[in-house]
Amino acid sequence: MTAAAFQPTAIPAPVSIPVREILPWAIFVALVAFVAIYFVGVEEGAFSVFNGMYVHEFVHDGRHLLGMPCH
Amino acid sequence: MIRTLLIRGMLVGVVAGLLAFAFAHTFGEPPVDAAIAVEESHSHSHDHAAMSMAADAAATPVDPAAVAAGAPAAQPAAEEELVSRPVQSTIGLFTGVVVYSAAFGGLFAIVFALVWGRMGSSDPRVVAAVLALVAFIVMVAVPQLKYPANPPAVGDADTIGIRTGMFWLMILGSFVAALLATFIQRGLSRIYGTWNATLVAGAAFVVVVTVVMLLLPTIDEVGADFPAAVLWQFRIASLGTQAVMWATIGILFGLVTQRALRAR
Repeated sequence: MTAAAFQPTAIPAPVSIPVREILPWAIFVALVAFVAIYFVGVEEGAFSVFNGMYVHEFVHDGRHLLGMPCH
Repeated sequence: MIRTLLIRGMLVGVVAGLLAFAFAHTFGEPPVDAAIAVEESHSHSHDHAAMSMAADAAATPVDPAAVAAGAPAAQPAAEEELVSRPVQSTIGLFTGVVVYSAAFGGLFAIVFALVWGRMGSSDPRVVAAVLALVAFIVMVAVPQLKYPANPPAVGDADTIGIRTGMFWLMILGSFVAALLATFIQRGLSRIYGTWNATLVAGAAFVVVVTVVMLLLPTIDEVGADFPAAVLWQFRIASLGTQAVMWATIGILFGLVTQRALRAR
């Protein structure tokens, strides 16, 4: 904030975030997103982690309307 | 900073999911119900063949071997009862859309963090809006041109493996083409200027995506007697759901991060 006070312009130039700072978060998010999208989009369709069809049937309408192949 | 962006990205994703759910429930459920009605009126459908098989199995005395053999065939029959239509069209749809949207909100935040300060505007609202538009084109619009969304009653259960594989391969192809276009744009903009470099990158994206589309197999499992109007309404509702989601992410992410990014 003190540095910003000395800036003459209203909009400071964007400061990029170092890639090495982003990378661990990127891997973490990619893993969590993969699991989330897998259970909404694929589970008990082409692949099954659980037996039965409960997950598939529960998210059935979402899977169709989000454009993913269902049954 | 990255932590702030990520938390806000996922929260924005949840809000986008709420709006996308409202859209999908209002405009998507009527064609889904219409498609299910078509499915139920067809006695020759695979689901119904499986159902009658399961009904036969239930009528005959229980034989462990027959039950084991009939178990996979019994699954489609269970889908009529396992989760009721009112649950599928409300809590089920809600859960699916919000989880999906929150996941993409998180991924969006990561891509934003990589792009911010490296490409595009110095206004976070503009960067977020452009990035969401690009994400919608690359992750939704282009893949849907090749493999459009299908309502219930369309699609052979035996080909779910290949359809799922080709669907995600198409998205991967579109994503890689966009990545390639990004590097072309960055490389050429120093020599030929931003506008010309962006035009060349856009053309490169179109060429690569066209080649991918020509290489991947065509899948058309829409029955000859499936009502065209229902198919059209369903696909427009599906595209609209994604458009609502990405528009919300693009507009809201810029609004909620501009102060944090400018205070640095």
